[in-house]
Amino acid sequence: MSQRENAEQRRVERPEADEVEEAVASSTSAPADLDSDVDSILDEIDSVLEENAEDFVKSFVQKGGQ
Amino acid sequence: MSVRRIMGIETEYGISVPGHPNLNPMMTSSQIVNAYAQYALAGVRDRAHWDYAVESPLRDARGFDMSRAEADPSQLTDEDLGMANVILTNGARLYVDHAHPELSTPEVTNPRDAVLWDRAGVEIMRTAMRLAASAPGALGIVLYKNNTDNKGASYGCHENYLMDRATPFADVVAYLTPFFITRQVFTGAGRLGRGQDGRTSAFQLSQRADFFEVEVGLETTLKRPIINTRDEPHADPERYRRLHVIVGDANLSDTATFLKLGTTSLMLAMIEAGYLRDRSWTPAKPVAEMHAVSHDVTLQHRVELADGRRLTALEIQSELLERAQAFCGTDPDEQTRAVLEGWEEVLTGLAADPRSLADRLDWVAKLTLMEGFMRREGLDWASPRLQLIDLQYSDLRGERGLASRLESRGRLRRMFSDEEVAAAVDRAPEDTRAYFRGECIRRFPDAIAAASWDSVVFELPGHDALLRVPTLEPTRGTRAHVEALLDSATSATALIDLLTPDPAR
Repeated sequence: MSQRENAEQRRVERPEADEVEEAVASSTSAPADLDSDVDSILDEIDSVLEENAEDFVKSFVQKGGQ
Repeated sequence: MSVRRIMGIETEYGISVPGHPNLNPMMTSSQIVNAYAQYALAGVRDRAHWDYAVESPLRDARGFDMSRAEADPSQLTDEDLGMANVILTNGARLYVDHAHPELSTPEVTNPRDAVLWDRAGVEIMRTAMRLAASAPGALGIVLYKNNTDNKGASYGCHENYLMDRATPFADVVAYLTPFFITRQVFTGAGRLGRGQDGRTSAFQLSQRADFFEVEVGLETTLKRPIINTRDEPHADPERYRRLHVIVGDANLSDTATFLKLGTTSLMLAMIEAGYLRDRSWTPAKPVAEMHAVSHDVTLQHRVELADGRRLTALEIQSELLERAQAFCGTDPDEQTRAVLEGWEEVLTGLAADPRSLADRLDWVAKLTLMEGFMRREGLDWASPRLQLIDLQYSDLRGERGLASRLESRGRLRRMFSDEEVAAAVDRAPEDTRAYFRGECIRRFPDAIAAASWDSVVFELPGHDALLRVPTLEPTRGTRAHVEALLDSATSATALIDLLTPDPAR
């Protein structure tokens, strides 16, 4: 079982009060993290996107399957 | 009541060689399958004495034809190429189907294991991609875990669920149809393009929705039905039906796959128990509603039901969730609880703010990236850059695939570690017949002439005839059942002797 599942399982088993506090804490800190991270995510994605988007997309032609 | 039942996932991968759009996809798909077979089953002897006459009933699941793998693909006919087909030590089947490489997971007993062996399938395809590219003069083949080229072609990610034969199929149709139409709100992998050929530049929830044209039917490649009636249980047909679900998207997100399998299994449990019979959610126009739900990213579209009610997809899902919660009672098993909680979490999140689920649902993750680029670069929906994001989200290459990039930054949640996935590449689930199949192939590769879901066929020295060991019951052949037997067999011949009743006794 992965760490995440263990963590989720622990969360499930804790009393509800803890969960509420945790939810409040994460909801106040999340937006700042998100904002600072968004640009760097887009930068990274930008750096791995194929060069010629139009040609690349056009040349992706598949035969139908199931 | 539980999410646990025999289930599995089969995925056809998109395949292309950038810069070489005219290569025969059956050839490139065969290169993928054969490259992996040579690597994973290295050392397995050449099967020069293959008896096609004897084997013809099983040719669909024939294994280990290494002589074929060693041939130059240009020497092979289309017919040969279509037959690349191996069974792996983890019990999975890797083969070429309809011009795509396809991986069927081994049978598992629960949605968490389905996610794990689906991820193992992705790893197998990644390895195959690297191996195929390392051959001298090879062109780089790229695989995509998506469902359409946005030019009219679609290929599937099918789910299979073993269910009670006694359940009236009319009930399956009545209750799964509204469920399938509305589960897209969390199972959708996201698609930029509407219509089968993507002629309209607009985002929708599902890769697959626009390719469904009828309500019920047997087809999988044309006139695709919402409820597929294929009925090969690969098990005792008196007891079981195998429900073949073809409406699903190929998900990159573990959460989406987990909930897709988990909630569908719960729906089946309720249908089998007759638990939903007091109520109907039958849509007035199922096919049109399937498209309409997928096309509405605001999730406000109201589905018109045959009884006159008009409910959003989220409202229908919430009603089904409430029924499932009541059905499972106060003390469900751990995974059933995880599915119920996850189901509630995504429905609540989608109702409040879908963006909050960008780390769990594919369509939200994809849409969030596209909107980021639209803002930053002033793009509109017709931009090829956004089309590229749609495609590249599912690129299996770790360095190029956008879902992979999001995962490595912790922006898309994973359920399993790399080590857990690597173990599932090698080993079969221990609680189904896949264990017996996988272990036979791992321990006695030279002696296995063929294998299929419901058999393992041995070719033993000194025997003219092939020996077929049926494995008709999916819950038998588990580690608990056969490990001691396998451990005590020093050879395949010894194993067959142990399995065969001695007529003298």
